[in-house]
Amino acid sequence: MSALEATLRSVRDRGAKSFVPYVTGGYPGVDGELLRSLAASGADAIEVGIPHSDPIMDGGVIQEASRVALQRGTRLGGVLAAIADAAIEIPVAVMTYANIVHHRGYEAFCDDLARSGIDGAIIPDLPVDEAERFVALGAARGIDVVLLAAPGTTAQRYRAIASASHGFVYCVATYGVTGARDQLSVTARDVVTAVRPYTDLPLLVGVGIATPEQARAASAFADGVIVGSALMAPLVAGDPKAAMQLAEAFRSQIV
Amino acid sequence: MSVATRPDEHGRFGAYGGRYAPEVLIPALDELTDAWLELRDDPGFRGELTDLLRDFVGRPTPITHATRLSGELGYDLWLKREDLAHTGAHKINNALGQVLLAKRLGKRRIIAETGAGQHGVATATACALLGLPCVVYMGEEDTHRQAPNVVRMELLGAEVVPVTAGMKTLKEAVNEALRDWAASVGTTHYVIGSVVGPHPFPTLVRDLQRVIGDEARTQYRDRVGTDPEYVVACVGGGSNAIGMFTAFVGVPQVRLFGVEAGGVGSELGRHCSSLTLGQPGILHGALSYLLQDADGQVVETHSISAGLDYPGVGPEHAYLKDESLATYVSATDGDALDGFQLLARTEGIIPALEPAHVIGWLRHRPLPDGARVLVNLSGRGDKDLDTVRAALAGDRP
Repeated sequence: MSALEATLRSVRDRGAKSFVPYVTGGYPGVDGELLRSLAASGADAIEVGIPHSDPIMDGGVIQEASRVALQRGTRLGGVLAAIADAAIEIPVAVMTYANIVHHRGYEAFCDDLARSGIDGAIIPDLPVDEAERFVALGAARGIDVVLLAAPGTTAQRYRAIASASHGFVYCVATYGVTGARDQLSVTARDVVTAVRPYTDLPLLVGVGIATPEQARAASAFADGVIVGSALMAPLVAGDPKAAMQLAEAFRSQIV
Repeated sequence: MSVATRPDEHGRFGAYGGRYAPEVLIPALDELTDAWLELRDDPGFRGELTDLLRDFVGRPTPITHATRLSGELGYDLWLKREDLAHTGAHKINNALGQVLLAKRLGKRRIIAETGAGQHGVATATACALLGLPCVVYMGEEDTHRQAPNVVRMELLGAEVVPVTAGMKTLKEAVNEALRDWAASVGTTHYVIGSVVGPHPFPTLVRDLQRVIGDEARTQYRDRVGTDPEYVVACVGGGSNAIGMFTAFVGVPQVRLFGVEAGGVGSELGRHCSSLTLGQPGILHGALSYLLQDADGQVVETHSISAGLDYPGVGPEHAYLKDESLATYVSATDGDALDGFQLLARTEGIIPALEPAHVIGWLRHRPLPDGARVLVNLSGRGDKDLDTVRAALAGDRP
């Protein structure tokens, strides 16, 4: 079992909930120190975005963070090296888009992650139907390829996603792209409930979780919460201190 | 792999195509795939669409023997006149078919992206005709380059949303339309404007555009008594070309040429020649040829014609290229301007800048003397007058 899955399972086994913050790699201030601070704040794992020119699953905040990161010359190798250099104790998964992986080569990409001590990969435009080879290549190297389950699909498809995913299942809380919402979508619980019968993997909810209160509500039925845009918003606004305070507030409510 | 069996059940044209889309869109893509398989040969649906194409669009569009241009170039040249279709381009064939399909699916809202504005106008037109609300995403840069089309869309009742990300052109407009669709997929249909996107879009759009080639082949044989030796179309996303090529792919003695936008140079960022200068990659849900950097980031592109200003291309073209079933070449901004003026002066037809690339390419006499050539004249040039006037005044883009 990979480090990512083992960690998230052990959190669940002790009756707690996982907090997984997301940050965009290469954005100013997203450095080893920030990753270590997030780990110290009680994050159970960290998701680091490798910026892409066409982030179709991302809303305004992460689009802007990706644009800025790319404009200052952020490269795949640089993001991976920064994660390796941070030498944090908790697992790290990268999030990026299919063309970044395809262009590097699925096998070479998995080798890169393994060499950098990275434990998982989340590719939102690589649905289960297209992911088989990547999942297998990752598994052979101890890399969990995490698949996403979204609202509105069939039981058969939830089963296929749950069976093929590694590490955890990323339950997309709502229709639409990343970014804050006024309230936790009712579909979040539906997705978790629909996936649960088909897997013993931890089920984490992400997309649109804007406040610690919403995260708390999601923790009631999920095994953990992923928080991205809400944490990136203060970073993009130039206030890393506020981002860390918010991370601590999320941590305290994800129980 | 014949046209009838292309793509496979996974939406693959050989290695290309597929469905690299967010999970949240998959149920809608499945629904669309099933609906299209059922309706594309359904007599009721086909009858309704055929009637609209005849009575509203003005199909069949004619073919015109370009006698003076033939004399100038040393070819025997015929033009398929998609510029005479209602709204001024081939885009209406696809838009009308998809909006009709959306109504059958019970969708209550239509979204679209547009580059040159022709697809946006076509979709807004179809929505006005069939009574559905329409939102069109358009790069802010394109709203300036093609301002008259913004006015047209608004007159037709559509809401035009300028997209300010990135280069503010077609690629970003598609991104934004996909984001809207991810949020609204239960009630909304996304009328994609070319043979791009996740399965089934490349197939759906091809099937709706193949009327161009099916008509043209019959018309050409009626008039000339045989098939053309060369069939040529411009390629951005590639829908007018696929629409024309589909009737001719694999026909012995017919060679297919796609002309991409060569922009102002062969360096990355100065052209839109995905097939001639790109490498395989994934954009907007499909694997095809793509203009990208060493890390797989999609690069900025340039063309004088907004309708070709796109870094990707439909996956079926990638397949046709790799299988040597079609040949892809490129023509520069300057070629397009030359072609634009030449067709106007010799034939009394002001073409859109997109198919003007084809005329500009032919000006270099790349085909044997006396060749029988059929060109898809995919649209008319009214929308480009400001661009051409500025370029001819020396202010070349």
